[in-house]
Amino acid sequence: MVEFDLAVVGAGPAGLSAAVTAAEHGLRVALVDAGTQPGGQFWRHPDEQHPRPDEGRGQHLWSRFTDLRARLHGLESAAATTGRIELVSGHQVWFVEPAGEGFALHLTAVHGETRLPRVRAAALVLCPGGYDRQLPVPGWELPGVMAAGGVQALLKAHRSVAGRRAVVAGTGPFLLPVATGLAEAGAEVVAICEAGSLSGWARRPIDAAAVPSKALEAVEYAALLAKHRIPYRMRTVVTAIHGETEVGAVSVGRLDRSGRLRTDVSLPDLDVDLVAFGWGFTPSLELITAVGASTRVDVDESLVANVDDWQRTDVPGAYVAGEATGVGGALLAIAEGELAALAASRDAGRPVSEASVRRLQRQIARGRRFAAAMHRAHPVPAGWQDWLRQDTTVCRCEETTLGEICDARRELGATDARTVKLLARPGMGWCQGRVCGFAAAKLAKPVGEALTTSDLAPLAKRTFAAPVSLETLATAPTESDGAT
Amino acid sequence: MTDQVSLTFDGVAITAAAGQSVGAALTDAGIRSWRSTRRGGRPRGLFCGIGVCFDCLVTVDGRPNQRACLVPVRDGMRLESGGLREVDARG
Ligand SMILES: Cc1cc2nc3c(=O)[nH]c(=O)nc-3n(C[C@H](O)[C@H](O)[C@H](O)COP(=O)(O)OP(=O)(O)OC[C@H]3O[C@@H](n4cnc5c(N)ncnc54)[C@H](O)[C@@H]3O)c2cc1C
Ligand code: FES
Repeated sequence: MVEFDLAVVGAGPAGLSAAVTAAEHGLRVALVDAGTQPGGQFWRHPDEQHPRPDEGRGQHLWSRFTDLRARLHGLESAAATTGRIELVSGHQVWFVEPAGEGFALHLTAVHGETRLPRVRAAALVLCPGGYDRQLPVPGWELPGVMAAGGVQALLKAHRSVAGRRAVVAGTGPFLLPVATGLAEAGAEVVAICEAGSLSGWARRPIDAAAVPSKALEAVEYAALLAKHRIPYRMRTVVTAIHGETEVGAVSVGRLDRSGRLRTDVSLPDLDVDLVAFGWGFTPSLELITAVGASTRVDVDESLVANVDDWQRTDVPGAYVAGEATGVGGALLAIAEGELAALAASRDAGRPVSEASVRRLQRQIARGRRFAAAMHRAHPVPAGWQDWLRQDTTVCRCEETTLGEICDARRELGATDARTVKLLARPGMGWCQGRVCGFAAAKLAKPVGEALTTSDLAPLAKRTFAAPVSLETLATAPTESDGAT
Repeated sequence: MTDQVSLTFDGVAITAAAGQSVGAALTDAGIRSWRSTRRGGRPRGLFCGIGVCFDCLVTVDGRPNQRACLVPVRDGMRLESGGLREVDARG
């Protein structure tokens, strides 16, 4: 077993900057990530074992990554004169528990042999990021329907184009890089269907202007949309997906001002072989709830970790940075990771620059304001249930339909997400509700009612953060065994 | 030029670029589904693309229930389609 001053989970923008900063302040750091190489979701890139000249194609803030990567490699080497980083790639933390003065992390290899089953550290920075938020749509279980982030991951890491004729649909600024990425890779993007109307931005121009680089990005995307003639349709949603064994076409509809489906407008179907859906992101909260840190519901109705203005949770020694404190993009994640590391270093008795702390705190406050404005401009539309049918699949794993969920509510009297889950089994399959959790929690409540921590927290408390084999479970020592 | 590797999917030869995932290799070969669901017998392939949804399960060199979006290709790899197999608890 290995002892560290700090364990960082996740090597995305937040975790990478946290690990590098902490090691540069003299801490011995373990950096654990499920991916085969650092970068997280934002900086997914081709396998470094097979180097390619266009490694950074389609990337943003790429020089921030290459700088962090170079510092990481320096800190991995035995010659590092400050702290040291041990990078544990390809390993998932499936459980974390308090252990003595610190924490014990249980690891399992994503595939192949587990190199390091357990890491013990005095403090912990959790940067697990998140995944695309999804809403059920009739036909969304057909092959050719993918999460927008998954389409992006195929492009960035594998140079694979998930379809030839695509519609990119949902809400939020993330639809833009996905659509333009597909077009640059040679696919035809027949439309971006954005459920929101950008008037939400205009109403809060100060918040939207809080992060100047975002305005620059918007100009860049506008130019790419024009170049590839991609129509950007606002208040437009994909209401059904058609096809026998894979996607052949989609129906689209128009929303009114309140986000309800207009029945007086009919739009022609779009012939496509790929639907990329993104309704924002859902942060991964299982490790945060596993250490006992408190949570809250953010502006976008996602469950997120409570942190103070040093990224500290209410569990001593546990810090959180990145999407898990509220979905806000990579730039904010980098700043939060750095601040969490400064806090952990200071709490471990190392001197840190107060000026850097204040600079980061200001940057984070600005980023949070921007994120809140973005969430308000891109809500899940109020009418998302308007286009569901009784036979629409809600839980993809257990193939639970809307009708079955309605029966659980109506006939069996289930009035909360947990009871609906027990009766109709949405969220009981392999993904443990990561994909349908938001929708299932919404469907368990009266239409239009906002989600609360008590709706979401039970869903986030998955037994394990990653599937583990019985063998791993049987052989894993726990703190309570006294086996160290 | 990147290195190429050869693999088979249900006995049919396909090629992929070294470093790609199994899911990307199947996508590039025009294959979009490789298992059918337990209840409805419906086809499934990639959905989340990042290891979260478990839709993309495939048998790799005889080991069932591997996530195609996460497993990297290897020369000589044998991929087989099929259903979800409850061989052991999420092994
Ligand atoms: C699939 C996907 C694609 C995206 N693409 C883009 C894009 O192109 N452009 C854009 O602006 N934004 C994109 N986003 C949003 C972007 O990811 C975030 O804004 C940003 O990456 C947040 O950084 P982070 O460090 O918080 O998390 P992430 O970058 O998500 O990094 C988290 C890391 O933690 C690891 N991890 C999580 N749980 C565990 C565990 N239990 N054990 C071990 N490791 C774990 C993950 O493997 C991951 O590498 C994408 C999001 C997703 C889900
Ligand atoms: S596509 Fe979701 S786990 Fe592989």
